[in-house]
Amino acid sequence: MADHLLEVDDLRTYFSTEEGVVRAVDGVSFTLDPHERRGVVGESGSGKSVTAMSIMGLIEPPAGNIVTGEIRYRGRNLLALSEDEMQQIRGGQIAMIFQDPMTSLNPVYTIGDQLVETIMLHQHVRKGEAREIAAQSLADVQIPKAGQRLDDFPHQFSGGMRQRVMIAMGLSCNPDLLIADEPTTALDVTTQAQIMDLMLKLADDRGTAVMLITHDLGVVAGFCDTIQVMYAGSIVERGNANDLFHDPQHPYTWGLLGSMTRLDETDKHRLNSVRGAPPSLIDLPRGCRFSPRCDFATDLCRQQLPLLRPIPGTVQEAACHYSEELDLKSIAVGAAG
Amino acid sequence: MTDRDRDPDGVGLGGIDAAEGISDEPVTQWDLFFTRLRRHRLAMLSAAFLLFMVLLSFVVAPLVTCEKNVDPCDKVFYHPETQRRDATGRLLVNIGPRDGIVLGTDEVAHDVLSRVVHGGRASLLVGLVTGFIVALFGTVVGSIAGFYPGPVDQALMRFTDLVLGLPLLPVAIVVGRVIQDLPFLPPWMRGGPWGIAFLFGFLLWGTLARIVRAEFLSLREKEFVEAARASGASDRRIVFRHILPNAMSPIIVQTTLIVGTAVILEAALSFLGFGVPPPTPTWGGMAQSGAGIAARGFWWELVGAGLALVLTVLSVNFIGDGLRDALDPTQTIERK
Repeated sequence: MADHLLEVDDLRTYFSTEEGVVRAVDGVSFTLDPHERRGVVGESGSGKSVTAMSIMGLIEPPAGNIVTGEIRYRGRNLLALSEDEMQQIRGGQIAMIFQDPMTSLNPVYTIGDQLVETIMLHQHVRKGEAREIAAQSLADVQIPKAGQRLDDFPHQFSGGMRQRVMIAMGLSCNPDLLIADEPTTALDVTTQAQIMDLMLKLADDRGTAVMLITHDLGVVAGFCDTIQVMYAGSIVERGNANDLFHDPQHPYTWGLLGSMTRLDETDKHRLNSVRGAPPSLIDLPRGCRFSPRCDFATDLCRQQLPLLRPIPGTVQEAACHYSEELDLKSIAVGAAG
Repeated sequence: MTDRDRDPDGVGLGGIDAAEGISDEPVTQWDLFFTRLRRHRLAMLSAAFLLFMVLLSFVVAPLVTCEKNVDPCDKVFYHPETQRRDATGRLLVNIGPRDGIVLGTDEVAHDVLSRVVHGGRASLLVGLVTGFIVALFGTVVGSIAGFYPGPVDQALMRFTDLVLGLPLLPVAIVVGRVIQDLPFLPPWMRGGPWGIAFLFGFLLWGTLARIVRAEFLSLREKEFVEAARASGASDRRIVFRHILPNAMSPIIVQTTLIVGTAVILEAALSFLGFGVPPPTPTWGGMAQSGAGIAARGFWWELVGAGLALVLTVLSVNFIGDGLRDALDPTQTIERK
């Protein structure tokens, strides 16, 4: 498609620490279309959040640096924009929702103040109008008595309610892209589903594309059109949600799927885990970064880094030398190796 | 209508039930702040006392005091430098409290009550001006250091360490002497209460700067700051709207402590004989001369100046307490 909303091209975001350079995002490229719902999945430290922060321009030097790459939003390279221009994009065209709603709101202001602040930063409206928009966006996220609750402080809201406020804030300026960084991780399971439903419904109504970052495959399965799986700073597999779930092409995706608790399986077996731990991002393994944990790794894997490539016979792309040979969907996790 | 009428059980959120009528003025954080502050009885009492002292010494006393050496005096207070004499013209030295001489006289026959009242001017001025300078300087230095890590932070903090490392009284004594002869300073800054206040201000901001820096370091990593950044807020907005207001309570508490400290330090300096030079009355100076004669039973000068000093410092600290509680939005409103 010619008109991508967002194109990320060979993004590399490194952090310098006393132990060495942490390659948190190391060569990530992807595109996102308008209205798309993209799930970004991976373990902690796989570079999901850093990718999001890079897009938002929230990587702070001197510790963190985007060393190469381009992030084009509607054709404009965000990395070349000035801080002022970037402030217009943030919150206005690309909004972000954070993981912990308990700490994402400023405790000393009422939520009305905070909504109005964001609205007035991006829309040319007077305070009274901004307040009306704020009340409306609170009503949109189904907060009862929205008009009155504008004058409440964050501590007077529950966790789920606060996340609704964050969603209201994120969507209040009708952004084209909403990046949600584990928006439901801090909430209990019943609230999670409500919040996800609400967020995606509102995004749909507004035609907002969503980039949902999560380590919860269950959440992505239900809500996303396309999925990219990240491991150790790069994308190891991507494709549309259905195919990826039923026919994983990368052993890591396969391992992740195998470690999900599934309610539709009747036979009792041990819950699997992907053995080992993610590699140190300072000292990445030679060859395929997943090879030390992979059940199928060969010498080739340990020598040569596989690139993300379309896998013939499927609609996915994966970064594995053996995607064609391995028929992962027919191997039960835990049976091999 | 009093507060009690609107809120009979005293547990509601002040004017918050105004929100029932939807179009009503929204309750601002300032409304809540003042509601909470009003409920803090000790702080309100202290504020009233401090206000009384300030008004008395700065406004009332100059109006109702006789000229120097007018005796008998037809106004409320004798001039603090007038020596009281009896009908025969003899100096009334170390006279205890009695009719017409409420707090007695000191060693040189000055009226003690008049000196306590007028002495408040120097003490309070030193306290308040020092507090203001410290709040301003400490907050600015601490904010910059906390918001811009790296070399800026390092340079500012080492400078702060240096200032904090200075022994307070010796330096105050020496510098206080040196600035008396500095030609480029305006005369009012070379000595007297203003000079001492500026001197204390520049010696005492270090602790506050450290506190503010620590607050900034912790607050700048908070998610709500990140969230504000992600919604397009500029650095300036983040500092002034998101970080500083969250750091207000330690700033206010520390500043009030500094006000108290400065009043006491001024007293200490005067006690040692390096403060505001006599015969200008100060509480510290009076405590010093009062202490000398208290052992001989002439307790009134020491007690008068000491009480004024202690009560003032106490009330400043209580006000700080009340402000801290009132500034914390998560604090539930209850009567104290």
